[in-house]
Amino acid sequence: MTLSFGSPAGLHQYDRMAEPPNGTYMTSTASRGGALRGLPGSRAVSLQRDGLESAIRMRGFVKRFGSITAVDGLDLDVPYGTCVGLLGPNGAGKSTTMKALTAQVIADEGELEVLGYGLPGDSKQARAEMGVVPQLDNLDVSLTVEQNLLVFAHLYRVPAGEREAAIERALGIANLAGRRASKVDELSGGMRRRLLIVRALLHQPRLVLLDEPTVGLDPQVRQELWALIDLLRSEGVSILMSTHYIEEAERLCDTVTIMSHGKSVAVGAPHGLIREYAGSEAIEVYGPPARLIEVEAVARARGWRTRRTGTSVSVLHSNGAADLDGERRVTNLEDVFVLLTGEEIA
Amino acid sequence: MEASRRLGRLERAALRGVMVREVVNFSSFWRSSTFSSTVDPTIYLLAFGFGFGSLVSTVAGYDYIAFVGTGIVATTVLFSGAFPAMYSTFVKYEFQHTYDAILAAPVDTEELVTGEALWIAARTGIYGCVPMLVAMVFGLDPSWGMLLVPAIAALAGFGWACFGIFIAAKAKSIESFSYWQSGLLTPMFLVAGTFFPLDALPTWAQVLGNLNPLFHCVELVRDAVFGLEGWKDVGHLAFLIVFALVSWRLAIRFMERRLIL
Repeated sequence: MTLSFGSPAGLHQYDRMAEPPNGTYMTSTASRGGALRGLPGSRAVSLQRDGLESAIRMRGFVKRFGSITAVDGLDLDVPYGTCVGLLGPNGAGKSTTMKALTAQVIADEGELEVLGYGLPGDSKQARAEMGVVPQLDNLDVSLTVEQNLLVFAHLYRVPAGEREAAIERALGIANLAGRRASKVDELSGGMRRRLLIVRALLHQPRLVLLDEPTVGLDPQVRQELWALIDLLRSEGVSILMSTHYIEEAERLCDTVTIMSHGKSVAVGAPHGLIREYAGSEAIEVYGPPARLIEVEAVARARGWRTRRTGTSVSVLHSNGAADLDGERRVTNLEDVFVLLTGEEIA
Repeated sequence: MEASRRLGRLERAALRGVMVREVVNFSSFWRSSTFSSTVDPTIYLLAFGFGFGSLVSTVAGYDYIAFVGTGIVATTVLFSGAFPAMYSTFVKYEFQHTYDAILAAPVDTEELVTGEALWIAARTGIYGCVPMLVAMVFGLDPSWGMLLVPAIAALAGFGWACFGIFIAAKAKSIESFSYWQSGLLTPMFLVAGTFFPLDALPTWAQVLGNLNPLFHCVELVRDAVFGLEGWKDVGHLAFLIVFALVSWRLAIRFMERRLIL
């Protein structure tokens, strides 16, 4: 695997003591079993607490802000060792859901469990074992890269004897060792985002929440971050990632929950959802408005589903209808999203 | 420590984490902070000490420079306690989103507020002594009781820091601080017995002055420097402790409302 801003070996150095027996976890980073071991075959199984299958379990989560219902009865599972995506447009309730998992939003209704801890009562224990990468950059800009990591090594309770090594590992993963003494406000957007991510990995969490991790970044930096997220997943870290980038969800997530207006409208593996809702091939028909209306009418009559994309109509589930004159293309998650919600995603 | 045991409230590890963040950040702005927190009160000391001091030689039995030099400790406590707490708290939650990051770690709002207020209190304990040291240069006699002044300033500073955090938590915009400053803090600063004794004021103002935590800070510092007065000073100390406790709980309660949705 090529990781342009850090060697995978950096991650493999996250070697930790064996998990205590009987699923008893220690809040000390040194003694907490699990993620980022870099040990083949240790994935998922070693991260699981006895009798628990999901790092996150959410049932009927409801959150209202005054008369607005931001999240309306959401069920969500993140099985250990998987990457789950929350996909939806702005305002779908993704960030509210993410904040509920750190008890910065308190549910009006529903049950929330993170790493086996009930929320909000035991949120602090859960937060000790998870890392959070926020949507908004909240680094301390007047501090250096190393000082930012030092502060969070303390906040995440990395034991004194391990703090220096944890910071070095983080600098290595982020490929920021050469910029350790630079103030954050001297860094590029990509560097800041990398720092934000490794800040959440200092205590070797078993679960990582990524809230729109690549929003606003250029494609090259986005690819770099995808490689890191992929690597975390391959090391057995459970990941919940909110995004409104279709490609990101398809590329990184084992399963996706599509949200619209605070509700889950579909759950499944990206390719399964595509097959189920959009078929294997779409026919993209271009033409003037009258032609597009005509195509839509034909598709409706034949029971096919259509999707307007500005200057074209995408005809789905048409099984390659030979009499339709248009460009054939592979269906994608965006087709599914638009079909299910009637909204364009971004 | 086993995770199966519920993590407690006000844990030392969480408080240390919050304070480390404050200390590391302070290393980047300590010069400006120290300048404003010590030079302002010192200017008041010199202006009043030499300005009024040329008209009034003694007040309440003390040389005026000694009277102001001890009273001004409370002014320093206000300047270096309440004001930094108000502005830094507001900036951190409104613009920097710092608290989102801290609360995503194993830190609760109670620990966040307490850690930040303790750090401001520690600074206030040191800053509070600066004008008193300046006054010593101009004639305030040293005494063993002065060793108590950092502790008194820190206690009062904790209360004012919490009160500042409470104001920030209630504020809708940074401009609304003007109402608190002009409507509450400035009158309290003036009616605290710092520059003139309260008994020169009308009865109603004396009653209000007795409800002013700054007044009790001034009295306690003066008595520490010139001689403690038994139960009277226990009363002043009790008032400062109650003020600190009430402000602390108010700050936590309103910050929770602000930060936890």
